[in-house]
Amino acid sequence: MLTIEKKSNNDELVIELNGRLDTTTAPQLESELKASYEGVAELVFDLKDLEYISSAGLRVLLSAQKTMNRQGRMVIKNASEEVMEIFEVTGFTDILTIE
Amino acid sequence: MQQITLEAAIDNMPKAIEFIDGCLEGMDCPLKKQMQVDVAVEELFVNVAHYAYPGTKGDVTITFETESGPARALITLTDSGIPFNPLEREDPDVTLKAEERGVGGLGIFMVKKSVDAIEYQYSGGKNILRITKSI
Repeated sequence: MLTIEKKSNNDELVIELNGRLDTTTAPQLESELKASYEGVAELVFDLKDLEYISSAGLRVLLSAQKTMNRQGRMVIKNASEEVMEIFEVTGFTDILTIE
Repeated sequence: MQQITLEAAIDNMPKAIEFIDGCLEGMDCPLKKQMQVDVAVEELFVNVAHYAYPGTKGDVTITFETESGPARALITLTDSGIPFNPLEREDPDVTLKAEERGVGGLGIFMVKKSVDAIEYQYSGGKNILRITKSI
């Protein structure tokens, strides 16, 4: 189960993820993102309530990072210790901007 | 020993995780380790769902056993699909920049990093993947 909440403020888009970003829920986030990129210069992922992430979720974040590299900036906020561990092991701490 | 047999389909992955989490609950498993075990089982299950039964359907059986002193979980995934050893897959280069990164190989790499040991065996027409994780 994944709940995606979007908050838009001018050219900033904040996406709050609540639940699990896995093989079954990653496509949901992917299509939500595709419909939202236009006009976004700063994309913020608030991961405060993200309990779990697998490689399918990482792939969506990687693709979002590539898109935002072309049109602005992407920031990850409030990742839990467990999610941070996954970012570290996979080298995503070097790819993503984590605050 | 606890065991579940599911059709090897992506949509069944949450059921596999639910089974594993139920088993881990009985072990007082810390959240971080539970997440690592979940990652390993998800990636391996999805791998079987993708590759084991091309053009046809089949099952995957997951068994969960425990050892005590020190506490360890032993999890086995068994399928009757085509022989396929995911551990032979080359690890991705995790030092590459976003633009240079491909999407392949990350799942199995995460499995290797999440558990203490992983073994593959093809025996009696079955792919057997066994992971060991100290809890």
